Amino acid sequence: MKKFFTSALLRGLLWQLIGWVVGAWFLTGIRVLMGLNAFVTGQYFFTEPAWVFGGLVGALSYVASTGAMTDWFKRAKGEEVPEHREDPPGWEKYLNVSLDHKVIGVQYTVTALFLLCVGGLFAMIFRTELAHSGLQFLTLQEYNTFMSLHGIVMIVGILLGVAGLMNYLVPMLIGAQDMAFPRLNAFSYWVAPPAAILLLSTLVFGGFDTGWTGYPPLSERAPLGMQMFFLGVAVAGWASILGGINLIVSVLRMRAKGMTAFRMPIFVWAAIATSLISSTATQLIGLSFQMVMFQRLFGMGFFDSDKGGNPILFQHLFWFYSHPAVYVFVLPGLGIISELVPVFVRKPLFGYRFVAMSSLGIALVGFLVWAHHMFVSGMNPYLRIPFMFSTLLVAVPTGVKFFSWIATIWKGKIEMPTPMLFVLGGIVVFLLGGLSGPPNATVATDLHLQNTYWIVGHFHDTMFGGYIYPFFAAIYYWFPKVTGRKMNEKLGKIHFWLMTPSFLALTLLMMRVGLLGMRRRVADYDPALGFDTYHLIMTIAGYLIAISVLIFLYNLFISIKNGEVATGNVWNSRSPEWLVPSPMPVHNYDRPFEVVGEPYDYGLPGSVYVRFEDKTSKGH
Amino acid sequence: MRHYVITGVLVVVLAIATYAGLMVIKLMPVEASAQSIPIDQLWNIEIAIICFLFALIMVPLVYSLIVFRRKKGDTSDGPHIEGNNTLEIIWTVIPLIIVLVLAYMGTYTLGDVLAVDPNALQINVTARQWSWEFDYPEGFTSTELHLPVNRQVVLNMQSTDVIHSFFVPQFRMKQDILPGRITTYRVTPDLIGTYQVECAQLCGLKHSYMTAPVIVSSQADYDSWVQTQLAAAAVAAQTPLGRGQQLVAKYGCTGCHSVDGSSTGIAPTWKGLYQSQVKLSGGTNVAPGTVVTANEAYLIESIVNPSAKIVNGFQDNVMPKTFGTVLSQSQISDIVTYIESLK
Repeated sequence: MKKFFTSALLRGLLWQLIGWVVGAWFLTGIRVLMGLNAFVTGQYFFTEPAWVFGGLVGALSYVASTGAMTDWFKRAKGEEVPEHREDPPGWEKYLNVSLDHKVIGVQYTVTALFLLCVGGLFAMIFRTELAHSGLQFLTLQEYNTFMSLHGIVMIVGILLGVAGLMNYLVPMLIGAQDMAFPRLNAFSYWVAPPAAILLLSTLVFGGFDTGWTGYPPLSERAPLGMQMFFLGVAVAGWASILGGINLIVSVLRMRAKGMTAFRMPIFVWAAIATSLISSTATQLIGLSFQMVMFQRLFGMGFFDSDKGGNPILFQHLFWFYSHPAVYVFVLPGLGIISELVPVFVRKPLFGYRFVAMSSLGIALVGFLVWAHHMFVSGMNPYLRIPFMFSTLLVAVPTGVKFFSWIATIWKGKIEMPTPMLFVLGGIVVFLLGGLSGPPNATVATDLHLQNTYWIVGHFHDTMFGGYIYPFFAAIYYWFPKVTGRKMNEKLGKIHFWLMTPSFLALTLLMMRVGLLGMRRRVADYDPALGFDTYHLIMTIAGYLIAISVLIFLYNLFISIKNGEVATGNVWNSRSPEWLVPSPMPVHNYDRPFEVVGEPYDYGLPGSVYVRFEDKTSKGH
Repeated sequence: MRHYVITGVLVVVLAIATYAGLMVIKLMPVEASAQSIPIDQLWNIEIAIICFLFALIMVPLVYSLIVFRRKKGDTSDGPHIEGNNTLEIIWTVIPLIIVLVLAYMGTYTLGDVLAVDPNALQINVTARQWSWEFDYPEGFTSTELHLPVNRQVVLNMQSTDVIHSFFVPQFRMKQDILPGRITTYRVTPDLIGTYQVECAQLCGLKHSYMTAPVIVSSQADYDSWVQTQLAAAAVAAQTPLGRGQQLVAKYGCTGCHSVDGSSTGIAPTWKGLYQSQVKLSGGTNVAPGTVVTANEAYLIESIVNPSAKIVNGFQDNVMPKTFGTVLSQSQISDIVTYIESLK
């Protein structure tokens, strides 16, 4: 227990609070010297600028106190630092700074699961409120805050989950010992917990009522919580940008001998496409939020029409990241699907090159479609036409993936253990999300659909099918690699069969009421609309999903200690990480391997993907 | 070959069945505008394409899972098929053509929806947290939107605070409303009935309740309603109380302040407010817990500078702070007269 309380995680938390208060006092001191008002009578004691500055200092204090930057400081002073830092055995390495990509991958994944559960909890709170028309137990402000936090906490949770998968898997899949920049990698992870704390602190600061989109002028008027939301997103953005750069360099420079571009595991292509987006677009959401922060702090007028600003400019800047961001979420998920399908149908991935290129295609086109979120915003009406064309183009590379998966499965020898169930569930749910997309893309129909529950159903299907299902599949699939034990199959199947019908009912009913005119982001709805029954069913479905996730967490927890021992090639895969024992050795492969074949040549007798070099030839 | 024939037939059957099913359960509300007709036509084409693609993916998927499922004890691999460039090109090019055609049709439909009638009726719409105001060319103001059937109307819309959105599901269209800029909404109602305009862009606390009735009536009924409104406005304009009541309706004060003593949770009720004792939670140079009398000076101050005195149980920064410049002295005095009348 002592090790828990002295861990970097908790030390950071303490230092974040200290930094926060010290920063707030520092800025208050400056305000006093400048003759500005120092405190606000009423709720929050410090002034808004003091809280914001303190929040930034607190986040930096967290990262510094964990030791994630210590090696950099030492090097800056000219001191020697060891190339490798050995982690202590046991669980405490997960609560402290580690440079091992596998430990960081697990840290990301566990943090992601935690945030996804918190976000889910927020959803359950307001979903319960929506079960019946009228306000039951939430105030309007509470409803708006929970709804907004659900959005952003889920998004950050998914981003961290993406980073978890990429960190754990990519170096292993390309035959590297670690990422290109292990210290940067650790830093990227350790900015995430303080960012999460900033986001959750909005609850203490009066919440915010703008949704995760934070459109001004509403966000200019929102309570202090708004600023903590902006700050939290900005800090979390560092993890995305730095992680993306790190990954691209790792893949470009550290692949095993013989691993040409088209012999990389397909997930690596997805990771590259995702990292290209996250390392180049994240800046824009940071920028747009920072501009609103400055409007509030310094009275600047970027988006304020009274001062000659334009609120639509914010939406352009915001969506320039936030649309590609959805591909940051789904591309790795679709990569997991492409990676796992061949293993469980024992056939090569159909059209490998097309699937690989479709990821890059989605990433590229994804940058050109942002204004489809703004078809009714009041932007130049003619601009809607080119964005309609570009948006519909996304369907083409996405279609290539679907057709290739189906062609891979066709005539395979299909096995359906839990990971494959989640892969298949992901395909079906993502299909519904994808098919409900084109009507939003054509402007005329979008005039009706925009900002209704139809959209809510659409993007929950894409997020679940494109990320959450593959994420579960990946956890069930690679759990033995991490722990040397398998997760319980029976509980896994209960998880799947409870979650899938509930989720389909939930999102299809969302689309149903949306088409009938149900607006999104409303705390209450008119009973005359006749939606009460639909909402009650949706709430029940929401609870069933929550129960299924609890079963998953229970399974995860018991399997770490009591799962069936699985140290070998559990899934009979050709991939290099399964050719060495589980759990994965600290430096991955004690002998380097050379790629001598195609990654997915299942059914080709005598073919291998990688050949490990002899011990004696090491050093060449 | 057998597999392809069976799945082919099943794809067709499932696509038709799904489409028919969706048509039977009626996905959309009634069409109440000329613009909703082309929109729904495009929608139905899209639903047909969606049903086909749904079947095209689902049937081979489910079929494979049943028919090609691994037999017990079989440990062999599947056939070694790496891909087929012709197929890949087909399923790249055909969807490409489909989406281009769809985008082309979408462009034309949008053109139909935006078609301009130069004789359209012009109504000015003001949206504010959290009420709607409709200003008619005849010079009166209403909180209900009355429209004549089969005549195009242009709503020139502006917001006084944050972004709102004008959405009537039966008209199939919405348009955001911005501060400092006018956006337009062009609609030709073609079905007599009562609908509701709903704000479709999150606009703060009472976003859910930012609705107003939309009444589409025959030209004759519409004309007589206009006459009634004009007469009522003329009568009301003669007394301070009447003018105050009109201003309160125009600026949507009752969206937050009830006049019947009920609680909205957003702002204090006006019923019985005048000369009552009000407990304050704070304000500009006001100690929490102070009790003041709601006299005329208090009412005027609370309209012009709502942050000066915050009533216990309510929040600052909810009420707009612009009424001091928007309203003239005499208008404020009319409103105060109205509030004082609510005993």
